[in-house]
Amino acid sequence: MPMKIAICVKQVPDSWAEKKMVDGLLDRASVDAVLNDLDEYAIEEALRIIEPLNAEGATHSITLISMGPERASEAIRKGLSMGADEAILISDSALSGSDALTTSKVLAKVISDGGFDLVFCGTESTDARMSVIPAMLAERLGWAQLTFAGSVKVDPSSSRVEIARMSESGVEVMSAVLPCVVSVIEKINEPRYPSFKGIMAAKKKTIAIKSLSDIGISPSEVGVSGAWSAVLDAKARPPRDKGIKIEDSGEGGLKLAEFLQEKRLV
Amino acid sequence: MAKVLILIDHASGKVAKTAGELATFAKRAGDCVGLILAPEGQSQALSEQLANTVIGQVIAVESNDFAKHGQGCILDAITQVVEKVKPDAILIPSTSAGKEIAGRLAIRLNSGVITDAIDFTSDLSATQSVFGGSFTVSSKVSAGIPVITIRPSAIEAEVGSSAPTFEKVDVLISEKGKLVTITDSKPAVKGGRPELTEAKVVISGGRGTNGDFKPVEALADLLGAAVGASRAATDAGWYPHTHQVGQTGKTVSPQLYLACGISGAIQHRAGMQTSKTIVAINKDPEAPIFDVADFGVVGDLFAVLPQAGQAISAKRA
Repeated sequence: MPMKIAICVKQVPDSWAEKKMVDGLLDRASVDAVLNDLDEYAIEEALRIIEPLNAEGATHSITLISMGPERASEAIRKGLSMGADEAILISDSALSGSDALTTSKVLAKVISDGGFDLVFCGTESTDARMSVIPAMLAERLGWAQLTFAGSVKVDPSSSRVEIARMSESGVEVMSAVLPCVVSVIEKINEPRYPSFKGIMAAKKKTIAIKSLSDIGISPSEVGVSGAWSAVLDAKARPPRDKGIKIEDSGEGGLKLAEFLQEKRLV
Repeated sequence: MAKVLILIDHASGKVAKTAGELATFAKRAGDCVGLILAPEGQSQALSEQLANTVIGQVIAVESNDFAKHGQGCILDAITQVVEKVKPDAILIPSTSAGKEIAGRLAIRLNSGVITDAIDFTSDLSATQSVFGGSFTVSSKVSAGIPVITIRPSAIEAEVGSSAPTFEKVDVLISEKGKLVTITDSKPAVKGGRPELTEAKVVISGGRGTNGDFKPVEALADLLGAAVGASRAATDAGWYPHTHQVGQTGKTVSPQLYLACGISGAIQHRAGMQTSKTIVAINKDPEAPIFDVADFGVVGDLFAVLPQAGQAISAKRA
C-alpha cells in the first residue's frame, strides 16, 4: 500500500526581517511572508524517507496542508519546489483569529477526510511558538503521537515508525504503528534548496484552495467567535533603559565584576 | 473556594522545582491539589518531597504504563482525576511535554488552553510574554476548565509549613492510551550546572568564542550558572543544540544573562530579552546586543571573562 503523507505547513512573517523596523515597530506590510523555517525540516525528512522507496517503484506521495490567507500559496509553492507532490490550502475569512484548538480541528478534518496515514510537522511555527499543534492533531485524530523527533525510521512493510524523541528531559526511543503524527526538530537534517528543475515543476503542481464549507466545518465553530480564550489586555513591554557601555582597555573584566557586585548579582 | 490542580513534574525520583512554583500560583486562587503520576511504589516518596510547598493535598496515580507508553497514558490518568477532583483550573509546567499534554487535555475537556504563562491571578487569568518578549498579553479561558502551562522560574516558590495529605487513586488506561511504546529512555545528562530555563544566571557563548567555550563554562561554574549558546555556535557544532537560546531554541528569563561573543540578532534577542539584567561582551562596538544590554564591555571575551572571574573569586575569599 502506498503511504499518503500529509505535511502541515504554515506561512509566517520572515523572521530575518530585522532591517524593516519603522519607529521601533515591525513594518508588517514590507515583511515577506515565507514558509515557516521549521516546516522545511519536516518536508526534507519526508522526502528522504520516500525518495529511495519511490526510486524502487513505490508510489508514496506527499501532500502539503496549510491554513491561511490565499497569499500563503507563495510559501506553499516553496514546499512544492522542494519535492512535495501537491497541496491543500484552507482559506476562509472566517478563520482569521483562530487559535490552536481551531487550527488543529481544521487540519485534522482535512487529514482524516483525505485518507492520509502519516503526518509530518515542524515542532512549532516561528511566529506563534506554542508547539502544541502536532500533539493536538494526534489527539483529534486518535493517532499515535511521535513528536520532537531527532531521527525517524519508517518501515513500510510493517507500517512501524520509530523515532528518537529529543527534548530537555532527555532522549527517548519510541515507536508506533501507522497512522501516526510525527514532528521533527531542526537538527534532524539540512533542508535542500529547491533546484531550478524543482521550481519549474512546482509551477505545474496543484494547490487546491478550499473554503470551510468545502471541508464541512461551520464558520460558527472557528475564528474569534469560536476561540476558547479571550485576550483581556495586551501591552508593549517598556523599552529597556539605556545601559552602560565601556571599552576594555585592560580593566574590562574588573569593571564587569564591580557592576555585578554592585547589583548583587554575584 | 476555588480548587486548582497542578501536575507535579519529576525525574529520576526527584520532584522538579516547578512543583513549588505552580503551587504558589495555585494558592492565589484557592486550594492547591498536586497530582503525581509515578511508577508503581514511587509516589509516596515523591509526595514527601512536597512538605515545604503550599500544596494541601496530593493525589497519586501509580502505573508502570506511564514510562512504557508516555503521554497517551498520562492523559487518560489526568482526565479521570479531573473528573474526580473537579478543579476550577489546571496548571502544568511549560516544558515540551507539559505543553503537549495541556493541548491534548484541553481538547478532551472541551476547554481553552493558554501556554507559556509567566503569571496567574486569582481570577484564573494568565499573562504571557509574546513576540519575543516585546508584548505582554493577559488572557482568560472562556470555556471549560482553564488549562494553563506555566514557565519554569516565573515565580519564587512560597514555602509551606505542613506536609500535604496523600491519597492514591486508581485509573483505567485505555487501549488508545498505549498506541506508542517507549523502548529506551536516557534522561538528560545533568552536569553540575542548572537547567537552562530554570537557572537564575545564564552565560551564553556565540560566534566570538570561536568554538572555545572554556572561559564561558569557567565563569558559569563560578556563578552556579547555566550555559547557553547562540544558533551560530550550535550550528557550528561548538555546543549541543539543547543549549540554544533564541527564536528556534529556548526562551530564558533569568535574573542575569551574560552574552559573550554574541552579536544579538533579533532571533537571539527573542529568546533572552526578558532577562532582568543583561550583560554583553563583544569585540564589535556596533553589535546589536549592546542595544539591550544594561552593561556592555567592548572587548575580547577571552580577556574579560577570566579577569571578571578572578575579581569575583578574590572578593569572595
